[in-house]
Formats: sequence, C-alpha cells, structure tokens
Amino acid sequence: MRARALLAAAVLLAAGCGDAGGAADANVVTVLAASSLTESFTRLGDAYERDRPGAEVRFSFGGSSGLAQQIVSGAPADVFAAASPATMKTVTDAGRGAGPPAVFARNQLVIAVPKGNPRRITTPAALAGRDVKVALCAAQVPCGSAAATALAAAGVEVTPVTQEQDVKAALAKVKLGEVDAALVYRTDARSAAAEVDAVEFAGSARAVNDYPVVALTDAPNPDGAAAFVAFVRGPAGQQILADAGFQRP
Amino acid sequence: MRSRTPLALAVPAVLGLAFLVLPLAGLLIRTPWSTLPQRLTEPGMLAALRLSLLTATLATLVCLALGVPLAWLLARSGLPGRRLFRALVTVPLVLPPVVGGVALLLVFGRRGLVGEWLDATFGVSLPFSTAGVVVAEAFVAMPFLVIAVEGALRGADARYEEAAATLGAGRWTVFRRVTLPLIGPGVAAGAVLCWARALGEFGATITFAGNFPGRTQTMPLAVYLALEQDLDAAIVLSMVLLVVSVAILAVLRDRWLGAG
Repeated sequence: MRARALLAAAVLLAAGCGDAGGAADANVVTVLAASSLTESFTRLGDAYERDRPGAEVRFSFGGSSGLAQQIVSGAPADVFAAASPATMKTVTDAGRGAGPPAVFARNQLVIAVPKGNPRRITTPAALAGRDVKVALCAAQVPCGSAAATALAAAGVEVTPVTQEQDVKAALAKVKLGEVDAALVYRTDARSAAAEVDAVEFAGSARAVNDYPVVALTDAPNPDGAAAFVAFVRGPAGQQILADAGFQRP
Repeated sequence: MRSRTPLALAVPAVLGLAFLVLPLAGLLIRTPWSTLPQRLTEPGMLAALRLSLLTATLATLVCLALGVPLAWLLARSGLPGRRLFRALVTVPLVLPPVVGGVALLLVFGRRGLVGEWLDATFGVSLPFSTAGVVVAEAFVAMPFLVIAVEGALRGADARYEEAAATLGAGRWTVFRRVTLPLIGPGVAAGAVLCWARALGEFGATITFAGNFPGRTQTMPLAVYLALEQDLDAAIVLSMVLLVVSVAILAVLRDRWLGAG
C-alpha cells in the first residue's frame, strides 16, 4: 500500500504540474502577486469566489522580481500583480503580458516603529541618529528604491544595520524588536497594527509606488484572468484595497 | 582488478549523477562569458566572497571546537538520555534555515533570552554583525560535523582506547593521542561537509544577521539580491562561489585526505 502511494507520488512528480488545463481546473485562476499584496489579495480572492460560485483563485505570493523571473521562465499562471512598474516591465518585455498592464493601486512608505514608539521617532531625521538601528529594504527590491527616494526627498542620510530582502522581512525585524525602525509600506504597517505603529512622513509622497496588474499570455484560464483583473480594478476590489491602506490610482 | 558494474546499479547511478550535474551545466550554459571579466571586477563581489570564506572557515572552527567533544559525548560516554540528545542534534538539519534564524533571534537577539544579557553585560550584540553570520552558519552546519564524527567514533575500535587506558593513560591523553588520530579522516570529512554547508548558508544568515555589504552580506545573499534585478549578475556570482569552493575542496582533498 505504502509502496503504491510512493510510486504514485513519484509518477506525479515526474509528470510535473503540466496538466493545468485539465477540465477540473477550468474555474481556477492562478495569480502571482507581490508579497505586499498578501493580506489584501487574499481578501480580494475570497470576495471574487463569493461573487462567482464555482470559481477558485489560487495565489502565489513572493518578491515581485522573483515572480517576474518565474513568469519569464514559463511558469503557468493567469495573472501577475507586481509592486513596481519596473518588475512588470520584465514580464511585458518578454511578451507575456496579454495586454498593457494597468495600475490598480498605489502605496506609500511609512516609518514602522515598535508599538508605543519607545524611541520617539517622529521624523526621518531621527533615523539618522547614531544609536538608532534601522532596517531598510535592499536597493534591488522596490521598497528599497522607494526608501532611497523618500529619504533623499526628506534630505536625510540613513545608514541601516541591514538591507532586507523584502518589505515583510524588514517589518519582521521591527516586530522582533531587533531594530528601532524600518521603512515599510503603509499597508504592511497596517496589517501588523497590533505590534507596530506607523509614522507618516512628508518625503514619502515623493516615492509613491505604483502596483500594475496584467493578464498573462498562455494563461491556462484566459477568461478567468480577464475577469479577475476586472474585479481588482472594479469597485469591490478597489474598496478592499482602500481598506488595506492602498491609495487609488 | 575491477569487476563489471551490475546494470541495476549503473543505471540509477548515472541518473543520479546526471541529476546532480545537469543544473550545474545549466549555470555554465547561461554564464555571460563575454561580459564576464567586467562583471568579475564589480565592486562588492570581492567583499562578499572574502566574507563568505572568512565566516565559513570561522564557523567550521567553532563547529570543530564544540562539535568533536559533543560527538565524543554522544558516542562514548554513559550520558543518560543520549538517544534524545542525538535526535536533538539533528534539529538544525530538519529545521528550515529561516526558522533557525528566527529561533536564533529569539535567543541571541536584542530581546532574546541570552542576547539581552549579552548586551547588558558585555555590550555585545550579535544580530547584524559578522559574528552573527558565524553563529548562524555554525548553527546550521554543526550537525553535519557531529554526525560524521560520531559515525567515525562508533566505527573506531574502542579496544585501542582501552589498551591505552590499561597502560596508564588518562582519559584526556587517550582522547588526544589515540581517539583523535583514529577518527582523523572522519573529522576531516565532517569538517569539509560543515564548511561547505556554512559557505552555502542563506536563510538563517539573512534572518539572523541581516544583509549589509561588507559586514553580513555573504555570497549566497549577494546572489539572491542580484537575482532581484539581474539574472546574469546572479549567475556570475554563483559561478564564482562554485569555482572557488570546489577549488578549495579539491586542494584540501589532495593535501590532507590523500587522493581517493
């Protein structure tokens, strides 16, 4: 019995996941989305499924650039939602966008500090203090380049103790109390409101991040892809995104 | 005189070799040879490589200093609960490295059980420091050394040690003059495994020590971040790490283990 199960598993492994076009999957929409969309898109997916009985949305959340790389390498997916136009461009340049991408939300940076703001950080200038430990995103990821722009706009030079691989990792360092502050998106700070406070600052308006979405060519479910993109951009989707702290495009 | 390899072994063996080597071939094929020289001189790469080699070596030394005695304890002593300890030693092997990194933060972090005391007493803070990288790598790599050395100890004939003891040697002398030379190859093999694992360490390092060029950004971290922007740069970095580590292992093998 066990041997047979093992064999079945091996056959499945060998066959890969190449049967995404199977009849049972006709109602499944596969969405690859930036990790900063994790909470809002999960909620959005639930609303979409309630709206269309029988439909199912499957998400894969991760760093935008990594997802873009997967799509360019031929990952079977229907929709891609990125945290920056630059990462979206790698996908559309590779000819995998079924049309021009549309910006569906905007996000802005805030200073995330531990609950109660023990170090009394109210301005970006406070981040430059000698004994203030700050986590920023690495320059290679969207939140890192946004942080560089925002800090430059605020006229502050900050030396972080770490350049994190994505915005959730930077936020985790605040939650764990390892750093005194981190620059994260407003939506990330809001999703962790029980553990962190968000400090808004003026310069962040200069580094607003656009979130583009596109239906993909070679989508296993092109109709579902178009319907999901329309839902994200429609009133119900926009309301969910606004509740999560995103700005409308 | 070599006997013919039975087909039942040869076929899966060749498949296994292909499985391990093909991804490497993939890297080689995609390497941007024309722009390689200029990419190799990009700033930051040497710093990451130097840091990787330094921290992996230091982590291996830490593992040797703590791991060999631990293996001896597990293999030779009458310690009660040895089975449990043996199982616990393998925890870092099954733990996803990122979880290991979080666990290290909870213990050695600023608010951690030990970290808070370290900070208050000595002003030492491990996260975001090069020492933190060594700690993360040692945590993940030590089981490889302990398991290899313990295996060697169990395979070694304890009668040599008993003979030395009956001739009046103390336990420490026996360990140093008899046991260690007996298990030398096992220790060396374990140290090589340990070093290789430390060199490739990613998850625990980036979680516990963070990522800062020149201080905590090792080659695997540099590769991961390069991948965010530029596949070619990531491939070049991977190739450099691969070539350097294979070269070092080959030299060590010839020097100390004798040609196999």
